[in-house]
Amino acid sequence: MSHTDPTHPAVSVGAPLLRVAGLRKSFGENEVLRGIDLEVRRGQVVALVGPSGSGKTTVLRSLNGLETPDAGRVTVGTDLDLDFAEKLGKRQLGRLRDRSAMVFQHYNLFPHMTVLENVVEGPVRVQKRPRAEAVAEAERLLDRVGLAAKRDSYPFELSGGQQQRVGIVRALALRPQVLLFDEPTSALDPELVGDVLAVIKELSDEGWTMVIVTHELAFAREVADEVVFMDHGVVVERGPASVVLGAPEHERTRQFVRRLLHPF
Amino acid sequence: MDWELISTSLWPLTRGALAGTIPLALASFALGLVLALLVALMRLSRVGVVSGIARGYVSVIRGTPLLVQLFVIFYGLPSVGLTIDPWPSAIIAFSANVGGYAAEVIRAAIQSVPKGQWEAAHMVGMSNSLALRRIILPQAARVSVPPLSNTFISLVKDTSLASLILVTELFREAQQIAAGTGEFMTLYVEAAMLYWVICLFLSSGQSVLERRLDRYVAH
Repeated sequence: MSHTDPTHPAVSVGAPLLRVAGLRKSFGENEVLRGIDLEVRRGQVVALVGPSGSGKTTVLRSLNGLETPDAGRVTVGTDLDLDFAEKLGKRQLGRLRDRSAMVFQHYNLFPHMTVLENVVEGPVRVQKRPRAEAVAEAERLLDRVGLAAKRDSYPFELSGGQQQRVGIVRALALRPQVLLFDEPTSALDPELVGDVLAVIKELSDEGWTMVIVTHELAFAREVADEVVFMDHGVVVERGPASVVLGAPEHERTRQFVRRLLHPF
Repeated sequence: MDWELISTSLWPLTRGALAGTIPLALASFALGLVLALLVALMRLSRVGVVSGIARGYVSVIRGTPLLVQLFVIFYGLPSVGLTIDPWPSAIIAFSANVGGYAAEVIRAAIQSVPKGQWEAAHMVGMSNSLALRRIILPQAARVSVPPLSNTFISLVKDTSLASLILVTELFREAQQIAAGTGEFMTLYVEAAMLYWVICLFLSSGQSVLERRLDRYVAH
């Protein structure tokens, strides 16, 4: 399943957009990624699931240049090909960041800036887009997630769910090719989770390419085209959500799914 | 108390404050803060030599008396062929001193900003220096206002030491009038009161600044 995405007409629909091969990373003695391969096609939504410590967040952070893997390759589109075995400079990590944008578990909004300033900071200061244009786009995006009225509020004045929606708008405003979500709802009160998931679902319907680290298996099942189950730094199983979460092949996946669906 | 003497000496002392104490404190604090930011960033550097230099600087400044630093610059340096006038000597000594103390304040304030703020700044594409300027320092500023205000208030009082290297400021005016009239108690208490008034103004300035910077924090 794929959709036309008007903002990125240059690449054909359904073509592989993001390729990860042989990603390895150790923190000291602790080997958190032991050769991860991943392929995400344009317009596809991939959910990374697995127990904590499985390395899924490290994979995601690597795709935004927030972690530097020890080895492996990340390819985005046809024009960016990074080999982490070589020593990469800031410029190359910057090019990776240009193509992806991240939504953080704890939102990480800039507390000293209003909602609007949070959203236009990157487009104006980094991408050097005209301020008026960036503001207009920010207002349109805020309106879409129901937060137009909050443009001049500071983050502390918002609920967690509202802050996370601003986090999503901040990422969208960067016009990335891939959206990365790092457990976007796990810091939220249960009654606020729905609003944020609804926004993510809408984005997937619009054809955004997304990689989502999540514990919300029901949501992953609904929104993800592919689910990748990771454990101890390797991919154990991958496939359509209905298979990996509905009828997993591997014992470890079965245990994980069972524990999340029936915690007691 | 000799009220007559107080009223005739009030202007010379106030003039000493306006033309000496206050500009000396302001100039030294401004230069000192720039130096402090530099030292703080060096201290946070991952390059061992760079952070070592910063550490050594802070250690020397904090480990030696300000009066001795002043004397080394004004009375000591001429013997190695470097003569500096009273005012520049005082500004060098005081800003070097502020640089050492405020560096630790600024370093701690920078480190108090959550790591996630650096990550968010990098995520939107910022370089380290842009992230520092736009995201980290504005948040660090809020935390550092109370301790930096302490540093500034101490500095205002410490400028009285400049009287010992012939800078005409509040306390030197008081000393000179006291020496002429023999009224030491009156003049020195008067000088003390004037320092106190200046510091009262500074404290209220601190409150205003804190309120302004607190507008984005939950109360």
